[in-house]
Amino acid sequence: MAMTMVEKILTRATGSAALRAGDVVEPRVDLAMSHENAALVLNQFYEIYRDTGLRPDVWDPEKIAIIFDHRIPAESSKTATNQKKVREFVAQQGILKFHDIRGDEGGICHQILPENGYVRPGCVVVGTDSHTTSHGALGAFAFGIGATEMASVWALGRVLNVEVPATLKVVVRGRLGPGVLPKDLILFLIGKLTAQGANYKVIEFHGEAISGMPTSGRLTICNMAVEAGATSGIVPPDAETRRYLKDVAGVREPLQVLIPDPDAAYERVIEVDASALVPQIACPHSVDNVKPVSAVNGTPIQQVVIGSCTNGRLDDIKIAADILAGKKVARGVRMLVFPASARVFREAMAGGYLRTLMEAGAVVANSGCGPCLGIHQGALGDGEVALSTTNRNFKGRMGNPRSEVYLCSPAVAAASAVTGVITDPRKVN
Amino acid sequence: MASVVLSLGDDVSTDIIYPGRFMATVLPGETPQFAFADQIEFNSRLKNGQVPAASIIVAGRNFGCGSSREQAASCLRGWELVVVARHFARIFLQNSINVGLRTVICPEIEAAEGDELELRASSVVNRTNGRSFVVLPLPKAQQAIIEAGGLVPYTRQLLLQRGSNSV
Repeated sequence: MAMTMVEKILTRATGSAALRAGDVVEPRVDLAMSHENAALVLNQFYEIYRDTGLRPDVWDPEKIAIIFDHRIPAESSKTATNQKKVREFVAQQGILKFHDIRGDEGGICHQILPENGYVRPGCVVVGTDSHTTSHGALGAFAFGIGATEMASVWALGRVLNVEVPATLKVVVRGRLGPGVLPKDLILFLIGKLTAQGANYKVIEFHGEAISGMPTSGRLTICNMAVEAGATSGIVPPDAETRRYLKDVAGVREPLQVLIPDPDAAYERVIEVDASALVPQIACPHSVDNVKPVSAVNGTPIQQVVIGSCTNGRLDDIKIAADILAGKKVARGVRMLVFPASARVFREAMAGGYLRTLMEAGAVVANSGCGPCLGIHQGALGDGEVALSTTNRNFKGRMGNPRSEVYLCSPAVAAASAVTGVITDPRKVN
Repeated sequence: MASVVLSLGDDVSTDIIYPGRFMATVLPGETPQFAFADQIEFNSRLKNGQVPAASIIVAGRNFGCGSSREQAASCLRGWELVVVARHFARIFLQNSINVGLRTVICPEIEAAEGDELELRASSVVNRTNGRSFVVLPLPKAQQAIIEAGGLVPYTRQLLLQRGSNSV
């Protein structure tokens, strides 16, 4: 029977006969990831064991990853106390895939997992974060769950009641043109699908533009698959996946690669011509309010953010540095750069990109989620407009319901930082 | 019968239901104060005790889209509200079932604030406009979690049946 990626992965993870979209299963979990909300998971985990007479031990400490990224260093005593509780639990349970607030191994969960080789093709990955979809970039089935669901996973090692999702096949033909980046591709697609167009489905990415795309770009497109409502985005693993896992993530063991059958049953096939794409922008206040950058050209901005699990990788920072080299961030614009991990930070330092950005006037802050979700740093003032490489622009997202957020690629963000208004990067020399 | 206390459109995100800047607060007992924190009038009515238990929020498609934050479900559960929506985002719906927030999938629902609704097993009757709307049942597997009183007691039952850590 011909199968999609997700049908193959879940069939393997359940040990059952060939599964089809619509079947309800309890897959084994290969990796269970949480960030600061592990504090709530922990609370629910102890609740599960209350009065059972059973000892509250996680099912497998080697399969749990905890990464502090949302509010680091802690913004409040409440967060600091919750982080302390999680640290104590991590030590007590022997959880080794723990990344604390550190300059050697810290960072954003959706960068830490791939760069440390924690995610492998064919795995089932769950995370208490909706952007867990990112890890489909390495050929895993990775999806977001809530904290109580994670507590149940910690106890059982399985996710209960997973309906095998139907799959949308997206074929991206041709190559992206100069100044057009993976972010433009995924924004374009979300605009076409709408915020609910892929609800309860997987998006499987195919085509020349995907096979020619480095893993960093694949992480960007899978990261934002959830903004079209998708349960996950998946790129079938290929030579680039092997290269990344071996050369970047240092994985030595052989990989168990699953790829979809050519005649698998897809709910819909969507074709995109990459060569015809122009830089895209998601306008306030929804991620599917996508237009070509030219439609809002000249809109004044007060803050530019480059970073996050979507676009805080080395490629992204290099693109921004190349555009800003020898130039200045416009007066009246604050440019904030948050590398996706401490490793990315150090590599960007070694490459001279951070120096270039700082000399242009950007502020480089520690790796973490930063201003993306409006809790920690970089909040906006009333009536202010931000241009950001992050993934959400819902009203109030960057800490203030009386402000506006536009989402774009690092090239659009950097070019606009120079001019102080929204600018097509292809127009800046 | 209960009143509609809030009537919303499509794509209401978890940033609207529970703004990110309150995410340091995690425990179900503490989250309700921040429900719809940026809809100041509604939030005040909740906190002033002007919204009785079992009151209804009506919404369009994709209610609860965005973040996986469980606070968005637990804050509404804390006020014992019911959400009747045309369609729910995946993680929010699962979180609601897991923490015991009552959700009703009603693909055609039309109701304004102040309308009186009667929630039946297979339909929602709007007593104010006299119309009746079909309810889609939740999948069977999800019913078992609801009947157990949420995912915490459900997982506890499974652990005791299956033995610790040996599924």
